[in-house]
Amino acid sequence: MHVFSTLFAGLLFGTGLILSGMANPAKVQNFLDLFGTWDPSLAFVMGGAIMVTMPGFWLVQKRKTPLFHDVFHLPTRTDFDARLVVGAATFGIGWGLGGFCPGPALTSLPLAASGTLFFVPAMLVGMVIAKYIAAPLPKTLAV
Amino acid sequence: METEFTPFASLLGGGLIGLSAVVLLAAHGRIAGISGIVSRILPPSIDKAGLPQGIIFLIGLLLAAPLWFVLTGAAPVQMVSSNGLLLVIAGLLVGFGAVMGNGCTSGHGVCGISRGSARSIAATMTFMATAFVTVIVLRHVVGG
Repeated sequence: MHVFSTLFAGLLFGTGLILSGMANPAKVQNFLDLFGTWDPSLAFVMGGAIMVTMPGFWLVQKRKTPLFHDVFHLPTRTDFDARLVVGAATFGIGWGLGGFCPGPALTSLPLAASGTLFFVPAMLVGMVIAKYIAAPLPKTLAV
Repeated sequence: METEFTPFASLLGGGLIGLSAVVLLAAHGRIAGISGIVSRILPPSIDKAGLPQGIIFLIGLLLAAPLWFVLTGAAPVQMVSSNGLLLVIAGLLVGFGAVMGNGCTSGHGVCGISRGSARSIAATMTFMATAFVTVIVLRHVVGG
C-alpha cells in the first residue's frame, strides 16, 4: 500500500503537469514573456496546486504521524543565506533559458524530444556538482 | 510562438499536482519537491533510506506521459528547443541552482508557499524574477 501511494503520487504529479500544459516548455516561456506572446496559464497551475495543498497540508498535519512513516520530514529552517538566493537566481536563469524545471523535464523524458535528452543529463550533472560543492569536506582532507 | 491560454486545464492540472503533494505528505511525511527527491538519490551523499521511495515516485512520474498516450491516443503537446548547447547550459543551471537553493518550482513554489515558509517565498520571488529577465533578454534583446 505504501509503495502504491508513492507510485500514485508520482503518476498524479506527472499527469497534472501534462494536463496543465507545464510539460510544454513553450508554455512556460510564454508565461515568462510578459512583453511578447504572454500566456498566463502557469499562474493558474500554481493557483490550482496551492488551493489544494494549503488546506490539504493543514488537514494532514493534524495527524501526529504520516500513515506509513513515523515522522513528518518538514523543512525547519527560517534563516536567509546567500546559498538560497544565489541558488534560486541561478535556477531561474536556467528555467527561463530552457523552459524546463525538474518535474516537467523528467515527465517529458519518455517523449524523447532531442532538447529534453540534452537537458535532463545536464540537470543531473548540475545537481551532483552542487552537492559536491555544498557537502562539507571529508575530515581526512581538512587541514 | 504563441501557446493557447488554458485556464481550466491549467487549474485542474495544478489541482492534481497539489493532490500529489498532499498524498506524499499524508503517506510518507515528505514534501513533494522534485529536485529534492532526485538529488537525494544522487552521489556524493545518497539517502539510502529514502532511495526506494524516491525511485518509485520517479517511476510514477515517468509513467505519466506513456499512460496519457494510451488513454487519449495522442502524445502530450510540447515544443522543446532543439538547440542542444542552450539546453545543456539550462540543465546545468537548473540542477545546480535547485540543489544550492534547496528547492525548485514544486518544493518552494507550491509546497513551501502553502506552508507559509519565508525561505520558499523569497526563493520563488527570486527565481521568478531572474526567469522573467532571462526570457525577455533571450527573446527581445538577443532575438527570438
